[in-house]
Amino acid sequence: MRVFGEILIGIGTAFLFLGGLGIFRLPDVYNRLQAGTKCTTLGAFSTIIGVGFVHPGWMLKAIVIAVFILLTNPISAHALARASYKSGVKLWEKSVVDRCQEFEDCTELPKEEK
Amino acid sequence: MIWTLFFSLIAAGVFFSLARAALGPTTSDRVVGVDGTVTITIALMVLLGAFFDRYIYLDVALVYAVLGFIGVLAIARYMERGV
Repeated sequence: MRVFGEILIGIGTAFLFLGGLGIFRLPDVYNRLQAGTKCTTLGAFSTIIGVGFVHPGWMLKAIVIAVFILLTNPISAHALARASYKSGVKLWEKSVVDRCQEFEDCTELPKEEK
Repeated sequence: MIWTLFFSLIAAGVFFSLARAALGPTTSDRVVGVDGTVTITIALMVLLGAFFDRYIYLDVALVYAVLGFIGVLAIARYMERGV
């Protein structure tokens, strides 16, 4: 059981390292957000469940923290991407498609707050 | 011995995402770097709790997860439509 937990912690820390590297290396806000969110969500989930396997008495609270991260991390990433698009951050010049340009009022702020 | 590897990987991840938060061109880049740092730090707190055998670190990690989530949502709302 302890060896299995340490294998899970190893996978999780490797993904956390890759997430930090993706945040540093990728060229755009949206690419950075995608790499950072997916890699750090999986890495934190796997690390915390692995700690729950290493100490079996801690499993319940570890599952609570892991499920909380799994639920809230995509919400914050989505809010951040939407806010940065609406505040006018440009895409990378080699980006292929921008579906939001097909709508009229995509980048407008609400009328009463201009 | 294997814990040295784990903490080295986590330290490298925190270093890279804090470097992006330090030198990102726009505000969104800095917030992305801080958000990644928050998530890595939660995993680091749980791992330190297992390393030092202290159960209280899990409570600290849970509270830090809630505060980081609320902070990122507040910054996103501020960037989108003002205070």
